[in-house]
Amino acid sequence: MSIQPVLLPTDLLVFVLVLCAAALAIHARRQPPLREAWLRVGEHPAAMAAASILLVFALIGLLDSLHYRPQLPPGKDAAAKTVYSSEVSSALDALLAPLRAQTEKTYSAPFARRLFQRETMETPDGGQTRGFPRLQYGARHLQDGDSLPADVAMRLAWTPFAALAVSGCALLALALAVARGRACRPGEAIRLILAGRTALAWRPALIVLFAAALLAAAVAALGPHYHMLGTDKVGQDVLYLSLKSIRTGLVIGTLTTLIMLPFAAALGIAAGYLGGWVDDLIQYVYTVLNSIPSVLLIAASVLMMQVMIDTHPQWFDTAAQRSDARLLALCAILGITSWTNLCRLLRGETLKLRELDYVQAARAFGASTPVILRRHILPNVMHIVLITVVMDFSGLVLAEAVLSYVGIGVDPTTISFGSMINMARAELAREPAVWWSLVSAFVFMLLLVLAANLLADAVRDAFDPRLRRNR
Amino acid sequence: MLAYVIRRLLYALPILLGVNLFTFVLFFGVNSPDDIARMQLGAKYASPAAIERWKAERGYDKPMFFNPDRAGLAKLTDTLFVDKSLRMFTFEFGRSDDGRDIAREIRDRVGPSFAIALPTFALGLFAAITCALLLVFFRATALDFWGVVICVAMMSISSLFYIIGGQWLVAKLWMLAPISGYAGGLDMTRFLSLPVLLGVVAGLGSGTRWYRTIFLEEISRDYVRTARAKGLSELAVLFRHVLKNAMIPVLTTVVVTIPSLFLGSLLMESFFAVPGLGSYTIDAIRSQDFAVVRAMVFIGSVLYIAALILTDLSYTAVDPRVRLG
Repeated sequence: MSIQPVLLPTDLLVFVLVLCAAALAIHARRQPPLREAWLRVGEHPAAMAAASILLVFALIGLLDSLHYRPQLPPGKDAAAKTVYSSEVSSALDALLAPLRAQTEKTYSAPFARRLFQRETMETPDGGQTRGFPRLQYGARHLQDGDSLPADVAMRLAWTPFAALAVSGCALLALALAVARGRACRPGEAIRLILAGRTALAWRPALIVLFAAALLAAAVAALGPHYHMLGTDKVGQDVLYLSLKSIRTGLVIGTLTTLIMLPFAAALGIAAGYLGGWVDDLIQYVYTVLNSIPSVLLIAASVLMMQVMIDTHPQWFDTAAQRSDARLLALCAILGITSWTNLCRLLRGETLKLRELDYVQAARAFGASTPVILRRHILPNVMHIVLITVVMDFSGLVLAEAVLSYVGIGVDPTTISFGSMINMARAELAREPAVWWSLVSAFVFMLLLVLAANLLADAVRDAFDPRLRRNR
Repeated sequence: MLAYVIRRLLYALPILLGVNLFTFVLFFGVNSPDDIARMQLGAKYASPAAIERWKAERGYDKPMFFNPDRAGLAKLTDTLFVDKSLRMFTFEFGRSDDGRDIAREIRDRVGPSFAIALPTFALGLFAAITCALLLVFFRATALDFWGVVICVAMMSISSLFYIIGGQWLVAKLWMLAPISGYAGGLDMTRFLSLPVLLGVVAGLGSGTRWYRTIFLEEISRDYVRTARAKGLSELAVLFRHVLKNAMIPVLTTVVVTIPSLFLGSLLMESFFAVPGLGSYTIDAIRSQDFAVVRAMVFIGSVLYIAALILTDLSYTAVDPRVRLG
């Protein structure tokens, strides 16, 4: 079956971001101070574990960013040219195909055999009864007398070995690298890593890898046969929804900063270095934007964007494109409201740097203003940029959920933590409560945001010269 | 003092004017009134005549900045900008799309909003500072370490979960408070205790951690060593010296947290059905009532700037060295 690749605007930006990160990594390797700072981050066990968790999330998000349109099955006329589905899928959808396709009628609890709601059913003798019907897909291979835990245990039997194999391979590769760096035998290196005595904290990273491999294997083993986290109101698998939400959260957390960064940096540095009316103007603009409580500013902007999208349906070919445009616009709007903080910080730092001897010397040598800004000021304020980027990430992920709840977040068709919470929130009032959607969203979000917060703390400690002096 | 207040109020004017112009461009420049009318009416019913009628009913049928049909000064004043935007300075907000007087609604709803936001703010500040002092008192112990870990974990939980979880646990399972609703008078405490409590808990993690850093910075100063050297107990040092001297950075932080009050009240009021400005805004957003959202943006900025001036004034209260004039 052939496919037609689709490159949505956010996909493009996500790949640009990955390229930027790669370029930065190469740059940081070459620069001793940067290298040293990143190594300090890596010494933190919590930071390494957090970075590994974020990498797993990023991998899921990247898989979900490879979009394509599958070919529709050919009709009777074999000569007709191939037709592609108007529905855009992603590589993650393809991996999770059973989870995506196996939708039930409505709610069902995690690992349930039967639907959560009573329905009228036909009895074999032709009469009707009220009861909980069996699920269409979840646990359908089980006979009524079969034990569910026994079946689950049997299916899970191989997963620890797979996870061990994966993390064992990673351990071997790491050990070889460590052994080369320390000029010791690989066996010795393995012992060092397992004892947690390497310079970089590899042990927590390996533990996270093991846990991730175990979970992935468990999903592979059980996913097609059970709804591991239950199903939601329209019968979609909650695990699938949770995994799909990751991309939305990551896109908002990263692209927002990517979009606003050039403007904030350019304006902040220009205001601080040039002074005069440029400074006054830029300060006035960000004071005005800052005086509007951000949620109201976002609400107003999103409403206007909605009107624009609604009145121009001709701009978008598919529903995926429309919701993607909306996601991107939301990132831009969040960027507009959040650039002021970074701009203010950069302006203050540039004001300080401008008077330092080395900048004065550069000016005395006749270096032009753009050259001074690019070569002498920008590299020396980059730590502020980096710290702001990592600190903002978790706040943005949290903001997405709240905004989607208020109704000014992502498109209703985009799967996100906010829309999951929004759908699930009313159902706690049921008796018994439908808790699994909320708990899944809670756990996934907590993991993502907690990891981001821990990493941000480590990055700030390593890169902020003020904190380093205090230590 | 009075001169300072007057000067600050005058400084606020150009900023409010900027806010006003910005919202006008946002609401009338990005989409023309025709577009908005088309969307409100629905594509099916949006005949040119219907659009014109919709605009005329709501006063959107004027030019943006310049009205050539009028004579004299009215060329400039009989426009959308003056009518819909500048007029907000006199707190005339016109009518919402369902025909109600916005200014009146706002007057009715300010009370409940403040009744929920001010206690949340004050108690939240108090709780965070208390916890931070506790952690600083036990600094470099297991209690401090785990306290910070708990703070980071609490920061990582979306406020939606605090509200949903708290409402479910306290109001539904334990039945300690009404699930939602509002009443005036003494009943108010019954209805507001849960939202205020949840607001305090939701902000506790980040607040405690932030104030802890401030206090830790303060505790390494020379005057603290002197105070200890003259034999003061650690508690006396913390409360009599560190707390007072840390008030300036604490106040600076408070300024930063004021905007989040708006978001907090938005969520709390909508979850607990409190008839305040926040739920008004959410209803307006959901029903796409642009006139109300525009008014709320303006009111929000006014309140924010007023809060800024108040915090600046409070500097004089905590630090006798600061003289405003």
